Amino acid sequence: MAVESNQLGAPSERLLSRRRLEQFPWWLLIILSIILFMLVRIIVDPLYRSIFDTIQQGLVTTLSVTAIAFVFSLMFGLILGLGRVSTNPILRNLAITYIEFVRGVPILVLIFTISFALVPMIVRTIGLPNSAISLTTRAIIALVLIYGAYIAEIVRAGIESIGPGQMEAGRSLGMTRRQTMQYVILPQAVRNILPAIGNDLIALLKDSSLISVLGVREITQVSRLSVSTTFRYEETYFILTLFYLSMTLLLSLILQWIQHRVRVRG
Amino acid sequence: MNQPMILIEHVSKYFGNFRALDQVNLSVNAGEVLMIIGPSGSGKSTLLRCINHLEVPDAGRLVVDGILLDNNEAHINAVRAEVGMVFQRFELFPHLTVLENICLAQQKVRRRSRSESEAIGRALLEKVGIPEQAHKHPAQLSGGQQQRVAIARSLAMQPKIMLFDEPTSALDPEMIKEVLDVMLDLARDGMTMVVVSHEMGFARNAAHRVAFMDQGRIVEQGPPETIFVNPRHERTQLFLSRILH
Repeated sequence: MAVESNQLGAPSERLLSRRRLEQFPWWLLIILSIILFMLVRIIVDPLYRSIFDTIQQGLVTTLSVTAIAFVFSLMFGLILGLGRVSTNPILRNLAITYIEFVRGVPILVLIFTISFALVPMIVRTIGLPNSAISLTTRAIIALVLIYGAYIAEIVRAGIESIGPGQMEAGRSLGMTRRQTMQYVILPQAVRNILPAIGNDLIALLKDSSLISVLGVREITQVSRLSVSTTFRYEETYFILTLFYLSMTLLLSLILQWIQHRVRVRG
Repeated sequence: MNQPMILIEHVSKYFGNFRALDQVNLSVNAGEVLMIIGPSGSGKSTLLRCINHLEVPDAGRLVVDGILLDNNEAHINAVRAEVGMVFQRFELFPHLTVLENICLAQQKVRRRSRSESEAIGRALLEKVGIPEQAHKHPAQLSGGQQQRVAIARSLAMQPKIMLFDEPTSALDPEMIKEVLDVMLDLARDGMTMVVVSHEMGFARNAAHRVAFMDQGRIVEQGPPETIFVNPRHERTQLFLSRILH
């Protein structure tokens, strides 16, 4: 492509404005328009309004299950990830076994297995009644056990992204492996894996819809229950889609902003 | 105490089938500056890294400052606390400021207070000539400045021995001198030093002894004037003719 320029060699005004047009995030505008269009319908159309109100009743469950599961997955994933890079072969192999096991089975199947096989088995062993652990708690346990394994792989990649020279530098200053990990490797690794962790938070929010199979009344389950009596498939599922889309979009914008701030500070 | 600061006896090291070190014997006395030269792959860096156990020898014996380097973690840490190391690629901690880089191990290993470690850190930055850079991050410094910070970081642990692994190889030519000057000062202060480098200026001005390595062995060693002017071995002559154009 020939570069348009004036005599001074600077790009012309026309070229600059065309670049600005090309750089503009049109996709965001399109998605926001769709959301806006749906919101307007919800406001003006009483039917849409009532379905929106129904689905909204599951929102707190969706958000709290996602938030709680995310916090515990982070902790579990960090421990698993550290086990994954451990020099102790027993720890390392235990961690790898667990991670590969979880990654080899579909999330939906794991949710069934953990909620209806693993948890009852443990509960029975301890000697408690099966009803001691609610389905919502089981759903959270399942998501933590699954996402812990995914986050462990991210943690491992983050630690391995820091060259061996940093560990050698720490060790040659007399610091132990644990100290070097804590004060040198992990702080750098965390910064590197922030985008990937953010992606997993969004994925977790979306996968929280799978726990509807347990009957947990989050937004997907509430929608399914609603259509089973109203038969308003179209309106209900479009609005449900809108819920997820708005949440993931908002979350990804917040995450981008956080990452930007971390990079500027770094 | 008459025993050498570093005693290396029959040390061998293999990487797979590659013999990196072949029955190396070497001793370095307190206050001595030893320079190791040789072609790449000759084992000089491996030998240096064995001294603070970054590489674990497959055979032989290493005694550093009277401590036998076996696989006992306490012995290894004791040796590492007495041995400073400067790397080719600096290996500063990029998420910490210059001063924090120098203070971290002081606080975590030497258990010094924040104010004490910072006072030592500032004094060392003064010594290496960059006191004004204390609160910058490593990425904001030139290569020469970064390497001087790395030296200060090692010195903060008050080591008895300093190891230098090609400390000027990653530097732009105009920054080599500032790093060598710091190393020369150290040598004059009587620091025991083992330096893997091909800097002839440093060899002439500071080294007490030069060892030439090839294929995992020390081929010959002696005072710099002897090695550089009258090398006995053909391989030494060939190597020197290539680097001393």
